Amino acid sequence: MKEFLMPSLGADMEDGTLVEWRKKPGDPVTRGDIIAEVDTQKGLIEIEVFEDGYVDKLLVDPGEKVPVGTAMALIRTGDSETGQEKEQGLEFPVSEKEKVVLQPTEEHFDEKPLPQKFPGKRIKASPLARRIAEENKIDLSKITGTGENGAIIKDDVNKAIEQRTAPETEEKISETLPEKEPEKIADSGKSIRMAVAAAMSKSNREIPHYYLSKKIDMSKSLYWIKESNKERSVQERLLPAALLIKAVAKSLDEVPQLNAVWENALQIKNEINVGFVVSLRSGGIMVPSINNADLKSVSQIMDSLNDLIPRARAMKLRSSELNSSTITLTSLGEGGADTLLGVIYPPQVAVIGFGGIIEEAWAENGMLGIRPVINASLSGDHRATDGLTGNRFLTILNKNLQNPEDL
Amino acid sequence: MKENEIKQELYALLQQIAPETEPSALAPDENIKESLDIDSFDTLRFIVSVNEKFEIEIPEEDYGKITTIGLLTNYIQKKM
Repeated sequence: MKEFLMPSLGADMEDGTLVEWRKKPGDPVTRGDIIAEVDTQKGLIEIEVFEDGYVDKLLVDPGEKVPVGTAMALIRTGDSETGQEKEQGLEFPVSEKEKVVLQPTEEHFDEKPLPQKFPGKRIKASPLARRIAEENKIDLSKITGTGENGAIIKDDVNKAIEQRTAPETEEKISETLPEKEPEKIADSGKSIRMAVAAAMSKSNREIPHYYLSKKIDMSKSLYWIKESNKERSVQERLLPAALLIKAVAKSLDEVPQLNAVWENALQIKNEINVGFVVSLRSGGIMVPSINNADLKSVSQIMDSLNDLIPRARAMKLRSSELNSSTITLTSLGEGGADTLLGVIYPPQVAVIGFGGIIEEAWAENGMLGIRPVINASLSGDHRATDGLTGNRFLTILNKNLQNPEDL
Repeated sequence: MKENEIKQELYALLQQIAPETEPSALAPDENIKESLDIDSFDTLRFIVSVNEKFEIEIPEEDYGKITTIGLLTNYIQKKM
């Protein structure tokens, strides 16, 4: 039997509200099936199952707000059919990334710097205890920890909550009870804004960014797109973004250190899944992933964009499309600003930014000409890589965009 | 199809792409993309929808000739 857990759809996600089960007990499921629909800050997301088997039991009712990492259902896997069942609770998905974002629901200890209220002083507490304390406005500095080395654990915080004066306690406890009614689906623009704010604040707080940029002559790439589009129906036409995504993915083959996550150490990812920033007209961004972009043709990447962008704007993405990216690409498109220096989406270690394509005076081989130019930037995590790596990446990216026919 | 009917169809197509805007408020010589703040992806979607609605082929080199409602309406009338 395996537990199906509320997945994380990014470092910024803490919980989601179950809207609907798509499967019922007894139903067969195969890897990739949609098992539930969950309302998150990133809209209504279809959550996929990662096991083959049968739904044994649903543990959560529609309307419940479920923290990331909480068991939502039990899945009877192939093993259990033959009696070799094992309890393997935390086996669920896959990515290293999730292990990190799941941490807040486990009791373990760390030493995070305190909020600014207590400058210079550190308090040992488990992340779960910290979260409960924060939610209940409990001052950790006034609690004596009973955990390992005096660390404050969940029970210590709960005791402190109980010890408050009676009326206050009642009020606070009622606030922490699971909500039975579905939370009103918050104004989507506002909640996305909050999700972006949380992820970017974390990034700026924790990641020492370095920035590099390179001007790239886009004449050959744009000519290649133009010629290619002449032979295509309007529905099949390519946009420069598709070529940029392919060029970035191919360049990462040669500089794999940037296609990675930072989780106390650099962990290079095998798959190159490019998260593509889609801005919403109502404000905020969504970053669906184009998986295995290095293995796809430019046409296939354009097909992915045609599929993903409208669904991202309608906030109808699947969980696997939101939590699998290994690097982020953000492009301003035509007009507007020349340069974009991105903020890294944790736990990734790099973001590639493209400004608008503009005509510029361009000197080459002692000659002056006018060329369409794009400013490509790399924001890198300096814990993970150095400017030399970033420099190599931008050089290879330039080379690839000068040979679009090979992409 | 009369000029006015074409315009009404165009407004409806633009409304699908940028639901919070009022395309009918566009002046005939106003740049559609800039005024409605449409990116290159949505511009392509709009051209695809014009292609499908009016059944006309719009080669890429003509994109510069259809930047306003006035220009696009004339373009469609000539092609139909």
